[in-house]
Amino acid sequence: MLSSKTFIEQLQGSGFNFFTGVPCSLLSGLIAELEADASLGYIPSVREDAGVGLCAGAYMGGKLPVLLMQNSGLGYSLNAFTSLNLIYKIPVLVIMSWRGCGGKDAPEHVIMGEINEQLLQTSGMEYAVLDESNSEQVLATALQKINVEKVPYTLLVKKGLFDERH
Amino acid sequence: MKGIEAFKELAPLLKNEPTVLANGYISREFFNVTDRKENFYMIGSMGLASSIGLGVALAQPQRKTLILDGDGNVLMAMGTLAMIASCAPKNLIHIVIDNEVYESTGKQRTLSHHIQLEEVAKSVGYKQALRVTRPEEIQPAYKKLYQAEGPVFLLIKVEPAFDSSQGRVTHTPEEIRDRFMESVAG
Repeated sequence: MLSSKTFIEQLQGSGFNFFTGVPCSLLSGLIAELEADASLGYIPSVREDAGVGLCAGAYMGGKLPVLLMQNSGLGYSLNAFTSLNLIYKIPVLVIMSWRGCGGKDAPEHVIMGEINEQLLQTSGMEYAVLDESNSEQVLATALQKINVEKVPYTLLVKKGLFDERH
Repeated sequence: MKGIEAFKELAPLLKNEPTVLANGYISREFFNVTDRKENFYMIGSMGLASSIGLGVALAQPQRKTLILDGDGNVLMAMGTLAMIASCAPKNLIHIVIDNEVYESTGKQRTLSHHIQLEEVAKSVGYKQALRVTRPEEIQPAYKKLYQAEGPVFLLIKVEPAFDSSQGRVTHTPEEIRDRFMESVAG
């Protein structure tokens, strides 16, 4: 398991300073930690695509944003990623829970769980699967993509990586 | 009133405020009236002008930030009105050009003939929301809202009268981003 607190400290240490999201139980520990520190200014987004827009504006205003979402939100966000982030070159770090990974989950998550990686690949959204030992390495990659290539970068989070608080 | 008349009233009042413009004729028409480096022309991502503008306003709390939105965009993202009211950026002015149609796709009707969007904004908690229907009302309303604490909302009713012979935004998306970011940082 990866400590939510430690990972948030790593994000801050990497320069990320704007946090928003739409919840998922797999990310509930992370969001609880973000909410526990008012100085982080976590903003609840009403929809994932609104979160994409919010982060795009924050980035252009000088922030380095992080967007948390369940993979169900990838469907809502695809047009935003393809017709905003990818063509204007507006980066964002997306932390996306991978519901339905391996096919064992509630019915509504199974199809997205199965096509999650293909969907990211098809739409040109680069990603890595976060695990308990690679966080420093994937964040270094994320910073390269964000600061140099100026593209979004997604970290997929499987069930059990972070503590759940619900 | 035509949209272009509304823009001609607004344009002389703008200084260096970062301005996020909705996709479709709003970006195109305003580009042809006055192209500024502070204009972020959104060419896709319909519905997101308001969330992009909110992000800019939160990142730059000392700078007045404008959203030049459309009724179709607002209706697509009404939840974002709640985010704006909840975050309550004092520096945000949300202007909506309401022509009651999706004009660039053939004037199919939206719902704003029956739905008063400024009342929605007021209900969710914008500090002020005004509605104007005549060109001479625009400058006084804008000046009043500019002095007020945000978030504030200005709905401008117009007729669907875009001149489609007018050109599209000629800057590339990356150019739009670069000059917008330079103007925000400067």
